[in-house]
Amino acid sequence: MKFLSRAALVSAATISLGISSLASAVEEITIATVNNGHMIEMQKLSSHFEKANPDIKLKWVTLEEGVLRQNVTQDIANKSGLYDVMTIGMYETPIWGKRGWLKEINTDASYDVDDILPAVRKGLSVDGKLYAAPFYGESSMIMYRKDLVEKAGMTIEDRPTWGHIRDVAAALHKPKDGVYGICLRGKSGWGDNMAFISTMANSFGARWFDEKWKPQLTTPAWTHAVSFYVDLLKNYGPPGSSSNSFNEILALFNEGKCGIWIDATIAASFVSDPKQSKVADKVAFAQSPVAVTDKGANWLWAWSLAIPAATKHADAAQKFVTWATSKEYIQLVADTQGWGSVPTGTRTSTYENPEFLKAAVFASAELKAINSANPEDNTLEPSPYIGVQFAAIPEFQAIGMATGQMLTGALTGSVSVEKALQSANVSADRQMRQSGYY
Amino acid sequence: MNLKQKNKVRTWIVGVSAWGIALLLFFPILWMFLTSFKTELQAISTPPTLVFEPTLENFSLVQERSDYLKHAINSIVTSFGATILALLIAIPGAYAMAFYPGKRTKDLLLWMLSTKMLPAVGVLVPIYILYRDYGLLDTRLGLIIIFTMMNLPIVVWMLFSYFKDIPREILEACRMDGASPMGEVVKIVMPLAWGGIASTGLLSIVLCWNEAFWSLNLTAADAGTLTAMIASYSSPEGLFWAKLSAASTLACAPIVAFGWLCQKQLVQGLTFGAVK
Amino acid sequence: MQRAVTRTLLAPSVISLLLWMIVPLAMTIYFSTIRYNLLYPGEHNFTGLLNYEFFVTDPGFWPAVNNTLILLGSVLAITVVLGVALSALIDQPFFGRGAVRVLLISPFFVMPTVSALIWKNMMMNPVYGVFAWISQTLGMEPMDWLADVPLFSIIIMVSWQWLPFAILVFVTALQSQDTEQKEAARMDGAASWHIFRYLTIPHLARPVAVVIMIETIFLLVVFAEIYVSTGGGPGYDSTNLAYLIYSQALLQFDVGIASAGGLFAVVLANIVAFFLIRAIGKNLTV
Repeated sequence: MKFLSRAALVSAATISLGISSLASAVEEITIATVNNGHMIEMQKLSSHFEKANPDIKLKWVTLEEGVLRQNVTQDIANKSGLYDVMTIGMYETPIWGKRGWLKEINTDASYDVDDILPAVRKGLSVDGKLYAAPFYGESSMIMYRKDLVEKAGMTIEDRPTWGHIRDVAAALHKPKDGVYGICLRGKSGWGDNMAFISTMANSFGARWFDEKWKPQLTTPAWTHAVSFYVDLLKNYGPPGSSSNSFNEILALFNEGKCGIWIDATIAASFVSDPKQSKVADKVAFAQSPVAVTDKGANWLWAWSLAIPAATKHADAAQKFVTWATSKEYIQLVADTQGWGSVPTGTRTSTYENPEFLKAAVFASAELKAINSANPEDNTLEPSPYIGVQFAAIPEFQAIGMATGQMLTGALTGSVSVEKALQSANVSADRQMRQSGYY
Repeated sequence: MNLKQKNKVRTWIVGVSAWGIALLLFFPILWMFLTSFKTELQAISTPPTLVFEPTLENFSLVQERSDYLKHAINSIVTSFGATILALLIAIPGAYAMAFYPGKRTKDLLLWMLSTKMLPAVGVLVPIYILYRDYGLLDTRLGLIIIFTMMNLPIVVWMLFSYFKDIPREILEACRMDGASPMGEVVKIVMPLAWGGIASTGLLSIVLCWNEAFWSLNLTAADAGTLTAMIASYSSPEGLFWAKLSAASTLACAPIVAFGWLCQKQLVQGLTFGAVK
Repeated sequence: MQRAVTRTLLAPSVISLLLWMIVPLAMTIYFSTIRYNLLYPGEHNFTGLLNYEFFVTDPGFWPAVNNTLILLGSVLAITVVLGVALSALIDQPFFGRGAVRVLLISPFFVMPTVSALIWKNMMMNPVYGVFAWISQTLGMEPMDWLADVPLFSIIIMVSWQWLPFAILVFVTALQSQDTEQKEAARMDGAASWHIFRYLTIPHLARPVAVVIMIETIFLLVVFAEIYVSTGGGPGYDSTNLAYLIYSQALLQFDVGIASAGGLFAVVLANIVAFFLIRAIGKNLTV
């Protein structure tokens, strides 16, 4: 295995050396990426790519998610061409792809595009054309403290009911000892609290829009789900939930302060890493809870590499994107960092690798979660949009943000749940009307 | 208790309370500095880790991941460049307003200050589009222009106040000798107002250095300043408090040290000649 | 002849500021009357005043206006009062005065984004923040600053940054105070408080006006602290106008509404400036 990948690298190097002697000028490509662990690793390993492609020089812009999203959207919408490769998610890809803002990802046989997990590939394609190559993918699942749950004489199975989760959280909640029953996202943002609350609402039978694109936030399913969420966090959550998102909770969980946490599967590799986590050997995983349906109960997201249409270095960008999302890259990470640190959630072959399965305790739970998410069939009642924890329409960003803001208000108790959902619905309705949906 | 003893007690009370308050206000900075030498787990532990073995790991991580030197140079070039440019533009104008005031000088000054009150984000898109069309996106020159315009109103206003404090008699005497207006500026005004010009420049440098909105939105790989570097350490996936503290310490250290060194000059400028 | 020279000297600053103001402003006015969302290319229809209507009827609009003014007023009050008090304190002789001054002015040099990150994560976090630890040690329930008192938290952060500025200005002003006059008053048996009230305070009138003027310019457009710490929430509890416009322009990418908001902010800024200058103008030798 190791030998093979080396051989592949060497042969790639010789081929590209041949090309570079023809084109003497060094091409510089600028890559915009988020500052997540896997991308930082990619930046470190990119010297391998530069060595194999001496005619290409990589320049990196690493930013936090929010700032990155602003920058790349400005860039692509204004066609300013600052970036040649950009890191985007499952929300942007179909919208931008349809607009013609992205170049199609062309791959050769060795890339093995069919190896990409079907749910992920579908989420990144428009009309069967792939517009972004997945770098790592994630779903959401339950992470919990095995030791505490056992001590309480309870268990958490795959797909438990929300009622059961509440009971376990109640049993684990001991703020005097510095342990809170359950930690969930509360910080407002369509990718923060709304990502989680959407999946929860889905499982309570809710949907964002009906078939005529009318916002549905005032339906009983939404009210029920959000009330349940607010009560759960108020009674058994840590203080400060309204400013908690992934990182804040990760810190709490690693400090041993959370009994249960439901969030991105990518967290599994952090909470089970003894270098970061005080409870690394005490964590267990289960599939997301459900209320009335398991449709859309866990989300689906993939950070992916895309090439804006305005780039002047399309070929070099293409080369880099295929390198960074290839099987060989995963092998390279495994060789340098170990199988526990490879980017996951993208390729079937990763989950078939025995070394990976041995190194990653969370592997099977993660794969199960990703495979069970279906962006095209996500709600109990039919819905017109694609996406589990979002609706892949340009308006959703604004709607999700406003709703997230209102629900944070409901969580801190400054408005009632009904009132919050009502005003969220009003502003969603306004947005949809402004865009001419009805 | 005699007067001397009373004074001594008083000095002690004043000293202790002043030190107490100063340490209290400085504490967040100290805490950031300390955290930058901790491991990630120590950084978030409760109760806070007070005794620990300092590690330089965070600093080397920052250096390895982002080119600190490149960002620092960009920060230096843009803040000094913009400050010099702003001074060059502002000095003649402030001089004219201070020594040859007209009926509308006051309105003019207030109008200049009011241009500062427009939220930057309100004009981001127009500026972005103009910059794209003129090839100024992600260039140091682009940032220098923005920073210059951003600080120009304040620079003009401060210089104006400073120039106003120069005794008229000296100028009169100089004019008798037949010096040209430009010569007047160079020979008389500049030397007399040197402290004011220096301190105005210092304040402008501090403001440019800490500017985050434009430098984040108008740069990519080439012209990013230290504030843009910080944006790659705030809220990534995983624990980051120690790394963030290290990056922040590195980003703030030059300007804080600069501020400490130039404290006296800064003070003079900030009082706008209220003090003679 | 004299006028021509004056004009030539004024020209660079006036022309450049005029350009800086007019060009983006004209574009902003134009954008504010069309339907312009970055995410919908090609559909730039004229919509009249619809963007203004949307901005003003946004549920966050009135809270934002309120919060902007509350933030401005509170930070001004805190920095001026504490600034005067602290500079009067360190104006007296004691050991290590220079070092104390250096410590006191340091927060002014820290980047706003960094200071907000420190306050949010290391000070105010209700679980592992320093404040939480202190209240736990004192046997109290830790407070969730950013959720329970979001605007107050922002006020603390911003005041922390601007208090050093006020101290810097006041300290120098105090050093120039007439010591002979003070001594004379003391000889006549005047209490310290009276000296402070009748000699020091009037002496500080102009520096106070200067501090208020400069701070107002920056406080009206406070942004980084809110962006980093509370994100304008919960609800709209800590959204100010600058943040509201930001959320329209960069979170929702609606350039039309954001432009309308930007123009509204200019109007508000000028109203504030007008009253402020009336109130403190006498002290500014303009």
